[in-house]
Amino acid sequence: MFRNQYDTDVTTWSPAGRLFQVEYAMEAVKQGSAAIGLRSKTHVVLGCVNKANSELSSHQKKIFKVDDHIGVAIAGLTADGRVLSRYMRNECINYSFTYESPLPVGRLVVQLADKAQVCTQRSWKRPYGVGLLVAGLDESGAHLYYNCPSGNYFEYQAFAIGSRSQAAKTYLERRFESFRDASRDDLVKDALMAIRETLQGETLKSLVCTVAVVGVGEPFHILDQGTVQQMIDAFEIVAEQEGPAAEPDTEAGQEASAEPEPEQGAAAGEGVAPMDI
Amino acid sequence: MFFFSLMQFTASKQPENCLLGPESDSQRTLYPYVTGTSVVALKYKDGILMAADMGGSYGSTLRYKSVERMKPIGKHSLLGASGEISDFQEILKYLDELILYDNMWDDGNSLGPKEVHNYLTRVMYNRRNKFNPLWNSLVLGGVKKGEKYLGTVSMIGVNFEDNHVATGFGNHLARPILRQEWHENLSFEDGVKLLEKCMRVLLYRDRSAINKLQIAKITEEGMTISPPYSLKTYWEFAAFENPTQGAVGSW
Repeated sequence: MFRNQYDTDVTTWSPAGRLFQVEYAMEAVKQGSAAIGLRSKTHVVLGCVNKANSELSSHQKKIFKVDDHIGVAIAGLTADGRVLSRYMRNECINYSFTYESPLPVGRLVVQLADKAQVCTQRSWKRPYGVGLLVAGLDESGAHLYYNCPSGNYFEYQAFAIGSRSQAAKTYLERRFESFRDASRDDLVKDALMAIRETLQGETLKSLVCTVAVVGVGEPFHILDQGTVQQMIDAFEIVAEQEGPAAEPDTEAGQEASAEPEPEQGAAAGEGVAPMDI
Repeated sequence: MFFFSLMQFTASKQPENCLLGPESDSQRTLYPYVTGTSVVALKYKDGILMAADMGGSYGSTLRYKSVERMKPIGKHSLLGASGEISDFQEILKYLDELILYDNMWDDGNSLGPKEVHNYLTRVMYNRRNKFNPLWNSLVLGGVKKGEKYLGTVSMIGVNFEDNHVATGFGNHLARPILRQEWHENLSFEDGVKLLEKCMRVLLYRDRSAINKLQIAKITEEGMTISPPYSLKTYWEFAAFENPTQGAVGSW
C-alpha cells in the first residue's frame, strides 16, 4: 500500500470507495505475531506465538480471559487489545450482575464490532489497531469469532491472524472438516500444529507459544507450560515415526520437524530471532 | 398491612445534608392506592401453576373486579403481582421493552425466567434505594430447556427461589398448607386442587379477596390462563351460626 491523498483521516473516502485509515489499521493486525483459533461443537482452543522484543525482555500477553465462558486472543497493537479486553470484561460482568446469567458470546461480539465501527466514522478518533479472536460458549454451543478493526465480525470454524498466519490458515483449511467432532485433546493438538506452521522452521516448544481452552463444563483457562510441552512431545514423537511425508511442507527448511528434539532443546535459550529469516 | 415507616416533612424542604435527591414537583411513592391481594404459585410436573384473584381494592373498597394480575413475559416466563396495580403496569412496560430488545438480537439466545427474575430484582432494589419503590410483590415463574424456575421479589428487593411461593396474606395462609401438601411431580389436576385449596382459605379469611380467580399454567410449550371462575364456599359451619356466643368482652 502506498501513501496517497485520501489517507490522512478516517472520515475521507477514496474515489474507489475505500477508507485507507481503516485498511492501514488492518495492516497493523497483519504485522502482529500470530494468533490462531479453532473450534469443535463443544470446545474452542486459542493459541498464540510469544514474541519478545529482545532476548532480555519478556513476551507480551496476548490471550485474555474475559469471563468463565469467553476468552480472546489478539494480534496487532496489544495496548488497544488490552483496552478492548477490559471493555469486554466489563460488559460480561454487568450482564452477569443484572441477569445472573453469562452474556452470550454472539451478543458481546456485536457490541465489540459496533464499538470498533464508531472509530471508523469520527474524525477525532482512529480505528483500533487490533484483531480479536473471540472464543466463547452460549446457548447454541461453542463459537469462534474474528473481530476486525473495520467493525466487521465473522464466525469461523478455524482462523489465524497476524504475521505468517497464511501458513497456519493453509494447515487449518486442510484439516477443518475434522474439527467439529474432534475431542478436546485433538483440538489442542491441531492448534499446536497450526502454531508450528507459523514458526517457519523454528522448533515448537512451550516457551514459544501460549494455548488456552474453553468448553462445555470447562471454564476458560490458559494451559500451563508443562502440559503444553507434554502435548508437543507426544505428537513430535508420532511425527518422527511417520516421517515428513505425512505433513506436506509449504515452506523450505521444515526439516527441523523430523529431527530429534534433544538437540534443539539444548540450544533453547539462544533461539534465532524469527525476523532474521 | 402497609408499611408507613417513612419520615414525613411538614414543609416540603429537605435539610442541607439530605441524600434523597432533587424534589421539584414530582413525588416519590408514599402509599399504594389500587391494590391486588395474594398471588400463590407452585412447581408441578410439567412447569409452574400460579393463581390470583381478579380484585383491585381501593383501600377497603373492593372497587375493580376484573383486574388481570398475571401476565406472560416473553416465551418462557409468567409474572404475577400483588400490591399497587399501576406499578405492576409500569413493570410490564419495562419488561415489554426488555423482551423487545432481546428479540431484536434475533440470535437464538433468549432471556429465560431466571434472567427476568434477576432483572426485576435489580429494578426493585434500585427503586427502594432511591426511596421511590414500586409497591409490588412479584412472583416470576417459567420453564426453559426443561428447567422449572419459580421465584419472588418484594418491593424492597428481597428475592429468592422456591418450590412454592406466595405474596401478602398468601405467605401466612397458603404457604403452611403448601409446606404440608406439596411434593415433587404433582400432576396438573393435583396442582390445581392444591392451589384451589389455598385460594379458598384466602377467600374465607382475607378481607381483600374476591371470589373470582384465574389459574395460569406455564410449561415448555407455552402459557395458558384459565377464564375467570369462582370457588364453591360453605358457610353452614356450626361455629358461624352464633359467632359471638361464648365470646367474652365487648369487642
